[in-house]
Amino acid sequence: MKDTNTRETLLSMENVNVSFKTHRGTVRAVRNLNLKINKGDTLALVGESGCGKSVTAHTINQLIPMPPGVIESGKVIFEGRDLLKLNIKEVAKLRGEKISMIFQEPMTSLNPVFKIGDQIAEVFMTHRQISRKEALKRTVDLLNLVKIPAAEKRINDYPHQLSGGMRQRAMIAMALASPEPGLLIADEPTTALDVTIQAQILRLISDLKKDVNMSVLLITHDMGVVAETADRVVVMYAGRKVEEADVYSLFDNPKHPYTLGLLNSLPSNEKYHNAERLEAIKGTIPDLLTIGDGCPFENRCPDAGPKCSGTFPEETKIGEDHSVWCHYLENQEPSK
Amino acid sequence: MENTEQNKLEKNSLLKEALFQLKGNKPAIIGFIIIAAFIIMAIFAPYLTPFSPTDQDISIRKTAPFVTEHLLGTDDLGRDLLTRIIFGSRISLIIGTISVGISLTFGILIGLLSGYIGGWFDNIVQRLVDIMLAFPYILLTIVIVALLGPSLVNAMIAIGISQIPSYIRVVRASVLAEKENDYVTAERSLGASDRELMFKSILPNCIAPIFVQATLGIGNAILSSAALSFLGLGAQPPTPEWGLMIASSREFVTSAWWIVTFPGIAVFLTVLGFNLLADGLRDVLDPRMKS
Amino acid sequence: MKENVLEVKNLKTYFTLKSERIGSEPEVVKAVNDLSFEVKKGEILGIVGESGCGKSTLGKTIMRLNHKTEGTISYKGSEIFDLDKNELKDFRKEMQMVFQDPFSSLNPRKKVGDLLAQPLKIHGMTDKKEIDEKINAIMREVGINPAYKGRFPHQFSGGQRQRIGIARALMLNPEFIICDEAVSALDVSIQAQVINLLLDLHDKYGFTYIFIAHDLAVVEFISTRILVMYLGKIVETADKDVLVKTHMHPYTKALFNAFPATDPQGRENKEQVVMGDVPSPIKPPSGCHFHPRCPHAKDICREKYPELKEVEPGHKVACWLYE
Ligand SMILES: Nc1ncnc2c1ncn2[C@@H]1O[C@H](COP(=O)(O)OP(=O)(O)O)[C@@H](O)[C@H]1O
Ligand SMILES: Nc1ncnc2c1ncn2[C@@H]1O[C@H](COP(=O)(O)OP(=O)(O)O)[C@@H](O)[C@H]1O
Ligand code: SF4
Ligand code: SF4
Ligand SMILES: [Mg+2]
Ligand SMILES: [Mg+2]
Repeated sequence: MKDTNTRETLLSMENVNVSFKTHRGTVRAVRNLNLKINKGDTLALVGESGCGKSVTAHTINQLIPMPPGVIESGKVIFEGRDLLKLNIKEVAKLRGEKISMIFQEPMTSLNPVFKIGDQIAEVFMTHRQISRKEALKRTVDLLNLVKIPAAEKRINDYPHQLSGGMRQRAMIAMALASPEPGLLIADEPTTALDVTIQAQILRLISDLKKDVNMSVLLITHDMGVVAETADRVVVMYAGRKVEEADVYSLFDNPKHPYTLGLLNSLPSNEKYHNAERLEAIKGTIPDLLTIGDGCPFENRCPDAGPKCSGTFPEETKIGEDHSVWCHYLENQEPSK
Repeated sequence: MENTEQNKLEKNSLLKEALFQLKGNKPAIIGFIIIAAFIIMAIFAPYLTPFSPTDQDISIRKTAPFVTEHLLGTDDLGRDLLTRIIFGSRISLIIGTISVGISLTFGILIGLLSGYIGGWFDNIVQRLVDIMLAFPYILLTIVIVALLGPSLVNAMIAIGISQIPSYIRVVRASVLAEKENDYVTAERSLGASDRELMFKSILPNCIAPIFVQATLGIGNAILSSAALSFLGLGAQPPTPEWGLMIASSREFVTSAWWIVTFPGIAVFLTVLGFNLLADGLRDVLDPRMKS
Repeated sequence: MKENVLEVKNLKTYFTLKSERIGSEPEVVKAVNDLSFEVKKGEILGIVGESGCGKSTLGKTIMRLNHKTEGTISYKGSEIFDLDKNELKDFRKEMQMVFQDPFSSLNPRKKVGDLLAQPLKIHGMTDKKEIDEKINAIMREVGINPAYKGRFPHQFSGGQRQRIGIARALMLNPEFIICDEAVSALDVSIQAQVINLLLDLHDKYGFTYIFIAHDLAVVEFISTRILVMYLGKIVETADKDVLVKTHMHPYTKALFNAFPATDPQGRENKEQVVMGDVPSPIKPPSGCHFHPRCPHAKDICREKYPELKEVEPGHKVACWLYE
C-alpha cells in the first residue's frame, strides 16, 4: 500500500462554496468542499450526475460561467498560489501550461474544421518558440505515445474521421502538449465509450501519469473506473464530500451509506453471482435548489435517524487516510 | 415530498425561461415595443387621429410638419400625413399576415412532406426550390405580379408565393433533424401513422425555427409590398400604402422632404422591429429544450 | 422445453450509403450480416457487442422499423414483413421497444399523460376514464407518481425518463419487449434501479425480453442466454451460466477481460485488454473480422470466415480455434 499522506500536495481546495443564481432560485452546487491532490497521484471524484463534480473541476480551471455562477468562498491553492485570485491573463496561461482538461465528449472540444495534427501542433507553438515542422514532429511523437496507430497519417485527419476512443486519445495528446502538464482534469473521459475502449483509455491515463509524472483529477460516476485507476478517492453527494480515503481502504472498508450504495450498484460486483436483484440505491438525488442544511442523503439512506435532517455530520476519522461524514456509522451492518 | 404547488410552478418553466432570457435581450425588447406600437396603431387607427386618410384639401397642401395641428404635415393633396401613416400600418399588417400566411401554409406542408418522405419527392422539391431561390427574390415577385396584374391583393399573393421556398428550406431542415430522434421511432413502433407522426409529433418540435422565419417574413413582406407599390405594381392610389406614398411624392423630395421621409421612416422602423425580435427569438429558442 | 416465439433465419440488413464522389461505387454497410437465432417464450436474450456492431439495427429490423435485405423473421409463426396493415397493428401491440437515450426517446412537446395515452388512442381506446386509470396504474408500476402526469419530459431526471419510456412500452400489455441499451445512458446507481424494475416486470408478467447492451456486466446479470455480436455477425452464443464459465471466442474473452474491477487489489497484474479499435463495418477485415485484434490469429483466420459451430448443445462459437 502506498503511503499517500506523506506525498507533496499539488493542489488543494479549501472550504469552497459555489452557487448558481437562476430564475428559480439559488442552486447550491458545491458546499464546504475541501480536497487535495498529491503530486503524481490520481484523485477520483465520484458521485452520480448532478452532484457537483463538474462544477468542482470548473472551479479549479475557472470555467464557471459567471453569472449565473458565484464562487461564494474558498481557496484553490496550486503551487502556493490561490487560483481564485488570479487575473484573466494568468488563468489563461495556467490553463494552457499546467492544468489541462479532457471531457466526456471530445468532439465538443476539438475544432471540427482543423486537422488533428494542426490542432495539437498549435499548442506546441503557442507555448514554445519552435517551428511548425518541429511542432508537427513532436505531435507525431505524442500521438504515438497515446497509442494512436499510424500517427504520421492520422495527423491529417479531421476530428470526425476518428472514432470516439481515438478522439479521446487525441484530446489526451493535446493535454500533454502543454509545456508542464502538471494536472490533468478528466471529466468522465470514458463515459461515452465502449467498455473495451474504456479499459484502454484508463490504462493509457495510468501509464502516462507514471511516465510524465503528472497528477490526475478523474471524475466519474462508476466505482469500477475508480477501482481501476485511483490512488485516492473523494465520494461526493449533492455538493458535499461524504467520504474520503485512499483507494485500498475505501474498497476494503467502505463506510458511508452512499459509498456502499454505489458499490452495490455495480452488476459486476462479486456478490451478485446468482443473485436475483441488485441492491440499488432507492430514489434520486434531491433538488439542489431546495436542499437544506442536513445530510443530503437522508431521503435515500437506509440508516437515517433523527439527527440527519438537522445538521450535516462532522468528520469521523476511521483510518490513516480515511474519513467519513455520517451521523450513524454505528447503524451499519459489518462492512460488505 | 413534492406537492401540486411545485408542480404548477414547474409547468410553465420552459416558457418562463424563454421570457426570462428574452428580458435580458435589449434589441429584442426594442423590436417587441416597435411591433406592439405598430399593431396598436393598426387596430385603433380611426381613434388615434381626427382626420381622414383620404380627404383632400388643396388649401393646406404641403403643410410643413410640427407647425400646425397636422403634426407631420400634409402631402401634395392636403391629406394629413400622420393619419395616412397610421392607416398605412393597417395595410402593412394585413399584407404581412396574409402573405406570410400563404408562405407558411405551403412552406410547412411541402417542407414537412419533403423532409419526412425523402427520396425522389424530396429531390424534385429541392431542385424546384433551388431554381426559385436562384432568381432574385424581388424579381420573382415582380414576375408573379406581372402575370396576375397589379393590385394590392395580387401583391400579397406574389410576395407569399415567392417566399415559399425559404420556408420549405427551414421546415425541411428541422424536420430532417427531428425525425432522427428516437421519439419518432418510438411512436412509430407503437403503431402511429405517418400523418400522426408528421403533424402531431414532428411539426410541433419544429415550431421554433418556423416562428423565427415567420417573424422575419412579416418584416420582409412589408418591405416588398412597399417596393412593389413604389413600382406601381401593388397598392393603387389613393390607398394609404407606405410604399405608394413614397412613390407618389418622389418629385417633392427637395421641396417637401417630409412627404417622402416619414413614410420611409415608418417602413424602416417596422421592418427593423420585426428583424430585431426575430433575432432575439432565434437566440432564445434555438438552443432548444434546456432542462 | 418452451416454444420459440421468435425465429430469425439468415437475416441480413444492409445499408447503401450515398457515394461520396460521382461515379464511385456506393458503399454498403452490412449492419446485420446473416444472423440466425431463436427466442423462447419468457426468456431474456442478452445481445452484447461494441457500438456499431449492428445491435440496434437488428432490434429495429425485428420490430419492422427498418428494411431487411434478406432472410426471415417469424414471430409466432408469421413472417413479420408479410403482415398486412391490420396484422401489423396487432403485432405492434404485442412487441414493444425501450430506447437508449432517455432524452431523445420522449417527445419533448408532449406531457407525460399524453405520451402514455398515445399508444392506447392509436389502438382504439377512447374512454377517458379508462385511459386515465390505466395510466395511473402503469405509472405506479414503474415507480413514477401519477400526480406528475401534467409534466413535460424535461422536468424529470434521466432515470425517471427511462421509467416513463418503460411505462409507455407497457401501456398495451405487450408480450415481447426489446430493450435497446435501455440502461446504458444512466448512472450506475440509477441503472441498478432500472435493471431491477425490468426484472420485476419480467417475473410479474412473464415478458420475453431481448436485452441489447454494449456492457457485458449488465447483460450478464440480466440475461438467461447471451448472444455476442461482432461486426454484424454472431461470434458466440450460449446460456448465461455456460458462457460465464466457459467463454471460448477470443472476442468474448476480451469482453470479459474489459470488465471494470470492483476492487483495486491486483489491478497492476490484470491481463491486457483488447488492443485496437472497432473496424469499420463498411470494409470489414477479410476472413474472421476479429483477426486484426485477435491475439490467436492464424493464417486461415485472415482468409476464411469461420462458421458458427455448435461445440456443445446450445453453445455455438465461430472461431477457427474450435474447428
Ligand atoms: N450554469 C449553470 N446554471 C445553473 N445550474 C448549474 C449550472 N451548472 C451546473 N449547475 C447545477 O449544479 C449542479 C451540479 O452540476 P455538475 O457539477 O455539472 O454535476 P456533475 O456531478 O454531474 O458533473 C447541478 O444541479 C446543476 O444543475
Ligand atoms: N439508417 C442507416 N443508414 C446507414 N447506415 C446505418 C444506418 N443505421 C445503422 N447504420 C450503420 O450500421 C452499423 C450498425 O449500427 P447499429 O445497429 O446502430 O450498431 P449498434 O447498435 O450495435 O451500435 C453502423 O456502422 C451504422 O453506422
Ligand atoms: S448522516 Fe444520516 S442520512 Fe446521512 S448518510 Fe449518515 S445516516 Fe444516512
Ligand atoms: S477465427 Fe482466428 S482471428 Fe478469429 S477469433 Fe478465432 S482465432 Fe481469432
Ligand atoms: Mg459532469
Ligand atoms: Mg445501438
